[in-house]
Amino acid sequence: MPVPPVEIHDMTVAYHRKPVLWDVDIILPERKLIAVVGPNGAGKSTLIKAALGLVPLASGKVEIYGQPYARQRHLVGYVPQRESVDWDFPVTVFDVVLMGTYGRLGWIRRPGPRERQQAREALAQVALESLAERQIRQLSGGQQQRVFLARALVQDAQIYFMDEPFAGVDAATEQAIVALLKQLRERGKTVIVVHHDLQTVRQYFDYVVLLNMRLVDAGPTETTFTNENLQKTFGGRLTILEEAAEAVRLGKPS
Amino acid sequence: MEWFNHLSLDAQNDLWVIAVGAMTNTACALVGCYLVLRRMSLLGDAISHAVLPGLVVAFVFSGSLSVVPMFVGALLVGLLTAALTQTLHRQVGVPEDASMGVVFTSLFALGVILIKRYAHRVDLDPDCVLYGLLEFVGFNLIQIGPYEFPRAMLSVGLVLALNTAVIAIFWKELLISSFDPALATTMGFRAGLVHYVLMALVALTTVASFEQVGSILVIAMLIVPGAAAHLLTDRLSRMLGIATGIAIGAAVIGQAAAVWLNTNTAGTMAALAGIAYLAAALGSPRYGILAVLARNFASSIRVVREDLLAMLYRLEELNIERAMGWPEAARAVGGGLLPRLALFSLKRRGDIRRDGAVLRLTDSGRSQAKLLVRSHRLWEAYLVQRLGLPPDHVHEPATRMEHYIDRGFQEKLADAVAQSPLDPHGRDIPQSD
Repeated sequence: MPVPPVEIHDMTVAYHRKPVLWDVDIILPERKLIAVVGPNGAGKSTLIKAALGLVPLASGKVEIYGQPYARQRHLVGYVPQRESVDWDFPVTVFDVVLMGTYGRLGWIRRPGPRERQQAREALAQVALESLAERQIRQLSGGQQQRVFLARALVQDAQIYFMDEPFAGVDAATEQAIVALLKQLRERGKTVIVVHHDLQTVRQYFDYVVLLNMRLVDAGPTETTFTNENLQKTFGGRLTILEEAAEAVRLGKPS
Repeated sequence: MEWFNHLSLDAQNDLWVIAVGAMTNTACALVGCYLVLRRMSLLGDAISHAVLPGLVVAFVFSGSLSVVPMFVGALLVGLLTAALTQTLHRQVGVPEDASMGVVFTSLFALGVILIKRYAHRVDLDPDCVLYGLLEFVGFNLIQIGPYEFPRAMLSVGLVLALNTAVIAIFWKELLISSFDPALATTMGFRAGLVHYVLMALVALTTVASFEQVGSILVIAMLIVPGAAAHLLTDRLSRMLGIATGIAIGAAVIGQAAAVWLNTNTAGTMAALAGIAYLAAALGSPRYGILAVLARNFASSIRVVREDLLAMLYRLEELNIERAMGWPEAARAVGGGLLPRLALFSLKRRGDIRRDGAVLRLTDSGRSQAKLLVRSHRLWEAYLVQRLGLPPDHVHEPATRMEHYIDRGFQEKLADAVAQSPLDPHGRDIPQSD
């Protein structure tokens, strides 16, 4: 069996001691568009951030193509939530897209003509060439999201993690993003997307990860995205796990 | 340097004050830009106070006020401040501003105690820490080779060079970790590490500047030039350039003004930076108060102008013989100054003309008015047909909306409503030409 792009083994993540994700065990398949779905506070973003080493693991491990993340950075692209950055920052659209090349360049080396060319091409792919010299505040929400996607394209990764790329974008941008995701899949990439719109899951994604503080189920959309599983993911609050998390936070039995 | 030696001692001192002031201000303003962008302006304030115990301890151990032990002491305590603030915030859950406040006031107080207890005989006196001795830099010269220059320039020049070098070399790392720390970290540029490098620069800059210019000017220069420059540009490189300009300008004008007003130099420079910020806040082309007022005025007068055009069009449409005069028209759209200005502006543009005492639309005015009325009635139709609003509720919203509908949007609206030539009130929807 080939090495899976992402393998998460027995992972628990805690904020201020309080576990927010329990014992997640997933092996994600290659060349698929994968949705991470679950209610608010289910730990969807946390799953991505933990896989990228942005939040520490309380236990367990994450492997990217069989190796720890730190060794496989060059294979991974990341699209954070749009609200996570300051859009008043004095940079142009082009500057932001060019940042996608920074990881490959490493410390100190500056982007050269080749990197600039890549950034221009990525901007063309998301149809924003004409806005390259704009300051990023002057863009609409959908355009801002496309800037982030162009930056991810420039990263030229094997695996992409995207945190809510469809949040607050217009219908045209949503279609453009979906088309782009499909292109990425055709080029052999694996794309993992935190997604909140249940209605489009079947239409956009091959594979789903259903999450609610623990892994409910993961598998091909056809067989896994079922009413029964959705009930398990969204229906009712998980009082037992919440109580357990509270006990861990307080450091004594509840 | 021949010319310099011919100057009077006073003039020489003035020039040295300006040079040292400009270098200090620039060193502060450069790192300050990054503090402003990372929304950490107050951390500069915090560190500049908190390094005090570091200075005292360094003095007690080394027995001197020389540069190296002071730098080391300040650096360690500066990093400690940043680390303690982070720890209180992250591990204990104290809000970031509160943890900063707790850490720097405690450390500053500790520094005051240490001074009184161990260092009271030296001239590390609190007044000097606050205002500095910038006025006197020209009287404490050292000789290196053939050149004689103020001792203060040594330490200040060092940090200015250091700050410039770090920003030049790590431009890309500072940029990405300031803009998007999460992405920077996933790429292997640890945002935490960059944060501490910046904190180290702030601590060193603070200490180098301290004795010469005092903490007031340091704090002002860490925040104000960067904040002002941020208002004036949306490119990082220009922001650094403008901040440097403000820093140097404040030094030059500040010294001149301080001599003229016979007052404290550092305070005057800081006040001038404040004035520069005020000017930026008023005059900035995009965010400035004046620009906003001007835009609001332009937009209000456009709305009134369009209301007048639409009104005259409706009168024509109703075939009202008793057409409207100038004062009547102004009163009909609210009266006051704005309508009169709008009428003048319409006349100058050739959209209306006076026919005796009567106002009439010209051809160009009529075709603009037609589009406005078309927008108005299409919007009414849309509200009634698509949103199910009762016809007697749609005039007001359409009056507001008609000013913001361009031709492209008009066609979308026309496609969205049933192909009826009449609006909900049974009036003609004018066709676009």
